[in-house]
Amino acid sequence: MDWQALWLSLRLATLTTAILLIVGTPLAYWLTYSPRRWKFLVEAVVALPLVLPPTVLGFYVLLAIGPRSPVGALYGVLTGGGLLPFSFEGLLAASVLYSLPFTVQPMAGAFASVDRKLVEASWCLGISRVSTFRRIVAPLSVPGIATGAILSFAHTLGEFGVVLMVGGNIAGVTRTVSISIYDQVQALDYRAATETSLLLLAVSFVVLAVTYALQRRVWALWPTS
Amino acid sequence: MANELMCTCRKHLPSGFKLHASLHVPLDQAHVTVLFGPSGSGKSTLLRLLAGLDRPDEGSIQFRDETWFDSARGITVEPQQRRAGFLFQDYALFPHLSVQRNVEFGARHPGKAAEWLTRLGLTELRSRLPRSISGGEQQRVALARALAAEPALLLLDEPLSALDAATRTRLRHALRRELVEGGVPSIIVTHDRIEALALGDWMVVLIDGRVRQIGPLEEVFRHPADVAVAEAVGVENVLAGEIVARERGLATVQVGATHIECVDPGKTGPVFACIRAEEVTLAPESTAASSARNRLAGRIRSVVRESALARVELDCGFPLVAVVTAQSAAELHLQPEDSVYAMVKATSVHILAR
Repeated sequence: MDWQALWLSLRLATLTTAILLIVGTPLAYWLTYSPRRWKFLVEAVVALPLVLPPTVLGFYVLLAIGPRSPVGALYGVLTGGGLLPFSFEGLLAASVLYSLPFTVQPMAGAFASVDRKLVEASWCLGISRVSTFRRIVAPLSVPGIATGAILSFAHTLGEFGVVLMVGGNIAGVTRTVSISIYDQVQALDYRAATETSLLLLAVSFVVLAVTYALQRRVWALWPTS
Repeated sequence: MANELMCTCRKHLPSGFKLHASLHVPLDQAHVTVLFGPSGSGKSTLLRLLAGLDRPDEGSIQFRDETWFDSARGITVEPQQRRAGFLFQDYALFPHLSVQRNVEFGARHPGKAAEWLTRLGLTELRSRLPRSISGGEQQRVALARALAAEPALLLLDEPLSALDAATRTRLRHALRRELVEGGVPSIIVTHDRIEALALGDWMVVLIDGRVRQIGPLEEVFRHPADVAVAEAVGVENVLAGEIVARERGLATVQVGATHIECVDPGKTGPVFACIRAEEVTLAPESTAASSARNRLAGRIRSVVRESALARVELDCGFPLVAVVTAQSAAELHLQPEDSVYAMVKATSVHILAR
C-alpha cells in the first residue's frame, strides 16, 4: 500500500473541499437568486467539468497555469520563481475547477428550496442580506451543503486524468492514490493494486451512502417544515 | 411631518396584470386600514410594493417624511431600511428556530421580544418549534415577531385566511385589539367583507388593479362610489352603536336615539350593527302586522332606480339604505320626503364587536 499517495490524496481532497466551500457558496447563492438573464451561461460553465473529458480540462488548466500565462507568471512573482505545473498547488487549482459542479449544484438546489418568504420575512425584520443568509438560508440548507462537500471530497479523491495532465507522477508531490494504483498495475503488483482499489471502493461507497442518507434526512439533521 | 402614507405606483406583472394604484392614507385617523378587493385585484401585489419586496415600474411611495421609492429621482429604499413589518399569509415562521428565537430574530432590544411574548400570551410556548403549535398560535408568533422589531408600519397579507373558520371568527376581534394596542399603523389585505368590518377603521377598495374608493369604513359601506365598489363590498348598512340591553336571547343596540333589536351576540359594549340593504322592507304605515322586530319610522331622502331594483335612502335618525324591486317602489309610490316605515327582522341584524 502506497501510504504516501493516500495521505497526499486525503490532503488534496480536504483542501479542495475547503476552498470549494468558500468559493462555491457565493457562486451558488448568486446562481440561485440573481435575476440576470445570462446566468444560464455561468451555469453551463460551472457544469462543464461534468461532461468534459478530464484530459481536455487538464490540458487547458496546464496551459492556463504555465509560466508564460498571466496566472503562472503572477504565481512566479509572488512565490519567487515558483512553478504551478507539476506542483501540489497547481494540482489543487485543477481539482477545485474539476469538482466545482459537485459543490455548487447541490448547494444551489438547497438554497432554491428554502422558502423565499422566509428570506423576505427576515429582510422585513431589518436583517441584512448577508445575515439573512447566515441565519436562515445556510442553516436550512445544511443537508445540501453537506452533500456538496462530501461529493467534492470523494470526486477529488478518485480523480485521475486531470492529475496526470497537470501534476504528473511525482512521489509525495503529485502522486495521488489513483495514480499509484495505475503504477502498481503497470509494475504487475496486483496485490498492492487490489488493496488500494478496495480501500478506494470502500471509501467511495461509505461517502455515497452518507450522502444519500443526508438527502433522505435519515437522521433529520435539521427540522424543516 | 405629515402623518400619512402616499403611494402612486404602476406595476406590470409578467402575467399581464396591470396595477395602477394611487392612495393616500391619513395615519392619524386610520389606525387599521383595510385594503379590500376581490381575488386577483392586486391587493397583495400592492402590499409587496409598500414593503419593498417588489419594485414598482414607476411611481413614488412616501411614508411620513421618508421617501421609500421615487422612480423620477431614482430612489429605492431597501426593505431593511423601511421598517415595515410584514405578516405573510402563512406566517413564514423560521422552521428551525423556537418561538422565542423567532420573536427575538429582528428585535432591536431583547426586552421588546420578552414584552411581546408576554403580551400575546406566548410565554409558555417559547421553546416550541413553529410546526408543533396551532395555526392561531403561529399567527400570534408572527405578529409578535413583527412587533418586536418595532416597525413604523405593519403590513398584513390576509392574516386570518390560513385558519379554520371557527378560529378565524375567534381571532378577528383579538387581532384588532392587538393591532390597536400595538400602536403601529397597520394595513390589512382581505377579500372578506366581515373581516374588513371587524378589523378596519379606514378602507381602500381595489378593483382590477385600481383604487376605486378610499375613506372611513362605514362611509365606504354606506356610500359606495360606483356600482363596482357596491358589488365588491355588498350593499350594507353599517351602524355604529352600543349594546345597551340583553334579554331572553335578544339584545338591544342603541344607534343614535333609536333602539334596534337583534339576536343576542353574547356580549355588550360598542358594536357595528350591519344590515344588508336587501333585507330592509318598506311599508307605508306601521299598522300592518309583521313578524319583523324592528319598525323604524323614517323619511325618504332619495330613490334611485337601477334596472329591476330601486335603491331607497332613508333618514331614520341615522342613514339607512333599502333595496326593493322597482315594481314595489312604483306600487308604494315611493317619493323623496315621504314618510315610511322600515322593517328589519332581528335575525337580519348582524353584530360585529368593536
